[in-house]
Amino acid sequence: MRQERKRKQPYGREGRVAAWFLLPSLAGTLLFFLLPFIDTVRRSFFSAKGTRFEGLSLYRSVLQNDAFQLASANTAKFIAVCIPLLLLASLLAAFLMRAIRPAGRWFKTGLLLPMAVPVASVVVVWKVLFHEKGLINAFLLENGFSAVDFMGTDAAFWVLILTYLWKNIGYDMILWLVGLDGIPHRQYEAAAVDGAGVWRTFLHVTLPGLMPTFGLVAILSLLNSFKVFREAYLVAGPYPHESIYLLQHLFNNWFVNLDIGRLCAAATILCTVLLCIILAIQRYFKEED
Amino acid sequence: MKAGKRKKIAGRLLCVLGLLMACLPLWWVLWFIAEGSLMGLSELRAALGPVLADTEGTAQWPALPGQPTLQPLAELFLDTPQFFRMFWNSVGIVAPAVLGQFLFAAPAAWALSRLRFRGRRLLFTLYIVLMLLPFSVTMVPNYLVANALGLMDTHWAVILPFAFSAFPVFIMARGFDAVPRPLLEAAAIDGAGAFTTFVRIGLPLGVPGILSALVLGFLEVWNAIEQPMLFLREPSLWPLSLYLPQITEEKLGLAMASSLLMLAPAVFVFLFGQNYLELGIQAAGIKE
Repeated sequence: MRQERKRKQPYGREGRVAAWFLLPSLAGTLLFFLLPFIDTVRRSFFSAKGTRFEGLSLYRSVLQNDAFQLASANTAKFIAVCIPLLLLASLLAAFLMRAIRPAGRWFKTGLLLPMAVPVASVVVVWKVLFHEKGLINAFLLENGFSAVDFMGTDAAFWVLILTYLWKNIGYDMILWLVGLDGIPHRQYEAAAVDGAGVWRTFLHVTLPGLMPTFGLVAILSLLNSFKVFREAYLVAGPYPHESIYLLQHLFNNWFVNLDIGRLCAAATILCTVLLCIILAIQRYFKEED
Repeated sequence: MKAGKRKKIAGRLLCVLGLLMACLPLWWVLWFIAEGSLMGLSELRAALGPVLADTEGTAQWPALPGQPTLQPLAELFLDTPQFFRMFWNSVGIVAPAVLGQFLFAAPAAWALSRLRFRGRRLLFTLYIVLMLLPFSVTMVPNYLVANALGLMDTHWAVILPFAFSAFPVFIMARGFDAVPRPLLEAAAIDGAGAFTTFVRIGLPLGVPGILSALVLGFLEVWNAIEQPMLFLREPSLWPLSLYLPQITEEKLGLAMASSLLMLAPAVFVFLFGQNYLELGIQAAGIKE
């Protein structure tokens, strides 16, 4: 009893203070995210007016929808291609950056700045570069290659991948650098004493040491991959070439048509899938650790 | 020995070369926008006509403007009232959103980082989960609230979800983690209240974390496309980010000049805040 009070008292006082500090933020979070999210899930089981219980019929209608299948397949394909590429490219950049340390401040700026460049500003640049009669095709034609219709064929997918890499490489590089700095120096020394070469040191010291960072970078890259919609939308409009028709395009089009019921069901599905993936990544890399 | 040194220098050179190549696209994009806004209309038309007006041939881009002119920039400033409206719309969305992030997130982050109470870990996890949800998931909830409160077609529909974003709470909390507890205990012994301690000790020592969050927040809101596009149907309310893609086709000179002016604040904030921005990114990577 006495012990309990002793433990409770400081907690209780600090708890009251903490409640006041947290109140504004929590109230907003509750009002703008949590409560409407519960409402979103509820609506996904009800008819449009929100009165009649419909069971899973909205989910069925979403999952059977052609546009939804196309958009989720594209989004999944995009994520499956862009994340490994980004992780590799940014890790390579981090190694290069470490190799020339302490110089390289300018390169860091050069790799990070793209994340700050507004999509709206680069839209005109992208149009000029990737148009059928654009600068890249002008270069190709001059050098005896044939022109590529970048925005009207599957090439659009790769343009989007490149854009994603360009915008995110600096962000991930910073995370890798933190991870690399976190590997204790004596592990490298021990490897050197054992006579391990560059490659063996990489495999047995660097790679295992980077494992926790790996999961983190993968999760953050996954979330940032949803932002390429901006480029896709501003360059190619609400109905782009079908290889870059992403989930956010579909959500937008449903929103414009006020198809809120299906939107609620689709958002619930997406949220569940994402949280499962994130949990899986976290668990996997924690156990490795 | 000498051969080894030469090899080392060659390796470094290779690294520098690789990084230079990786940075090249950025410099080209910046140069393109800067040069484009200094070019006269006729020169722009000749260079980009095939792309934007479907004339014969392919686009060509000179390395330097033939006759540099400030005319497009002057026209933008003097004859384009829409531009100013959109610019102020952008400012009118970004300023309250970032201010809100400071006012709401800083005390919450302080409590989560430096106060001990039951449910702290659970709340922190809640903020992390919210932070990890992309807009594709939160757009429906945001819409439902905006609609219920009658905020649709007002800037508040865009501002408020940003102001209560979970991301700044997380980053600021990581910043406050660096404030030593003994300092707070000493303040408590001196009779300082919880609020005084937060304002006098927490805020000054938490400046790096706060700035990290605000720099990232500014860039996020300034570059936002999806939220204003969905929640603002009335074009006179649109921020610059939505207005720009619209004028591309008809008025090339204006498009280039306003691209530059959209870019400028983002680049300035980036350059002034780059250290904090890096800290903000690192916040996710450093273990507790």
